[in-house]
Amino acid sequence: MSAPEQTVVSVEGVTKTFAHGNVTALQGIDLSLAPREFVSLIGPSGCGKSTLLRVIGDLLEPTAGRVTINGKSAREARSDGDYGIVFQDAVLFDWRTVAKNIALPLEMLGWDRQRRKERVAAMLDLVELNGFADHHPWQLSGGMQQRVAIARALAFEPALMLMDEPFGALDEMTRERLNLELLSIWEQTENTVVFVTHSIAEAVFLSTRVVVMSPRPGRIAGAIEIDLPYPRTVETREDARFFELVTRVRELLRLRGEHLLPEEEAALE
Amino acid sequence: MTAKALLARAAQWLPALVVAAVVIGLWQGLIVAFHVQQFLLPRPSAIATTFWSDRHELWPAGWYTFKEALGGFAIGSGLGILAATLVGRFKTVGTALMPVFIAANAVPIVAFAPIADAWFNPFSPHSKMAIAAVLCFLPVMVNTLRGLQSSSPRQIELMRSYAASELTIWRRVRVPTALPFVFTALKIASVLAMIGAIVGEYFGGATSALGVLINSDAQIFQFTTAWAGILTASLLGIGLYLAVAVAERGVVRWAPRAQGS
Ligand SMILES: Nc1ncnc2c1ncn2[C@@H]1O[C@H](COP(=O)(O)OP(=O)(O)OP(=O)(O)O)[C@@H](O)[C@H]1O
Ligand SMILES: [Mg+2]
Repeated sequence: MSAPEQTVVSVEGVTKTFAHGNVTALQGIDLSLAPREFVSLIGPSGCGKSTLLRVIGDLLEPTAGRVTINGKSAREARSDGDYGIVFQDAVLFDWRTVAKNIALPLEMLGWDRQRRKERVAAMLDLVELNGFADHHPWQLSGGMQQRVAIARALAFEPALMLMDEPFGALDEMTRERLNLELLSIWEQTENTVVFVTHSIAEAVFLSTRVVVMSPRPGRIAGAIEIDLPYPRTVETREDARFFELVTRVRELLRLRGEHLLPEEEAALE
Repeated sequence: MTAKALLARAAQWLPALVVAAVVIGLWQGLIVAFHVQQFLLPRPSAIATTFWSDRHELWPAGWYTFKEALGGFAIGSGLGILAATLVGRFKTVGTALMPVFIAANAVPIVAFAPIADAWFNPFSPHSKMAIAAVLCFLPVMVNTLRGLQSSSPRQIELMRSYAASELTIWRRVRVPTALPFVFTALKIASVLAMIGAIVGEYFGGATSALGVLINSDAQIFQFTTAWAGILTASLLGIGLYLAVAVAERGVVRWAPRAQGS
């Protein structure tokens, strides 16, 4: 492998076709992430964002192309526990309490009880679910469940985070607070993030780079470097440059397929 | 549990108790009012009296049959869970065996009772255990298999993202998901086991067995005694069911309760 420290994630010519339904979810995707990058994937529903995340995580086998993580194959990276993932829905275990759900990856890593307990407490603090450690998932609201899933993914501080619309189910206030929390964790640690979102503002606010995808088949339509300085704060959202970048992402999205009328689509072919 | 919670629990049972009391009261009242012959339907009070006066014969007979049912329940359910585990683990075995199980399910088990008597000594409890076991096996096996197959694909994906082995996924995801299914099946099986043992005894068995007792009493027109035997069988059946239900509460603690809490 050439200079593994140069790229954390390298996706080369990845195509993914689902035999069932004969859908080409991804077509010739090339994407590479340098260490400490925060890349958001944005694009209309069904353009293959979740599929791309799963391929990176070796949860789906690409039909063609190659994924390497830290210079290793995606398979090796997965068995080394190189990444943490948050799915679009919370995916909690009903038979485990909130605390035990968060502790699951720590158990898998063989952390001792005391260390797990401390980390879980810190994570509950972070997602503001202190009183709910002994509750079961079905006793929580959808947004609370999603916060548990986020706490679980952050708990073991993976070097690579794959996040599929983690804040989609949350109210605006919680979402903005967790955006700031996520950024501060990201700034403190050395991790690299692939973040899927439907919110242009969220993508611009968080990322070092926003990658726009277009549908049918899923392709990368373009990427925009976000040159807003870190640490980003509440004021960042009011910055003129922030609005400028939001507009650029929006235009790229519009140009490449979101809300296209049939005649516009025909004109593009 | 606080006194208040106990009261609330008792209040939940109240409607069922009231209904039972009304049914028994009506039964008693109508028989007295219409002078129904006792061979058609004895009064509940007469059944209760016999249940008590014949206790030295009925209760040991009930216990004898109950042990047969319990043995059959344990063997049938155990094999059912084992079979489901193997079938769930090896898909090809499953596809090969499933039609056989479905066909076996269509066999009226009562037809099997005389055969079981021929295989084992009809006077030994083993023949009844075999019938009870055969009755229990399929529902437990099919439900367990369904349970093992109903894990959410996302949960399994998440475990794979932690590099979990198949065995770990089995232990931490598939088994907990299957447990509520298993207990539903065990509750069905607990009822079937008692039925299997009693029906088996109708075809002949030890004189000290409850089914033999009910059958012979009915033949010599001792209907009240036969009914007292049925009452004994019912109480034991309900007892076994409740034992399974209590075990379920102990094991499947996470499930949202249908009522209460
Ligand atoms: N397991 C699967 N089998 C068949 N088709 C699939 C499967 N998973 C996804 N697809 C198809 O692949 C395409 C991309 O799906 P994907 O879930 O990646 O979209 P997405 O960009 O994440 O959408 P959303 O924003 O709505 O979450 C869709 O057309 C979907 O129907
Ligand atoms: Mg998605």
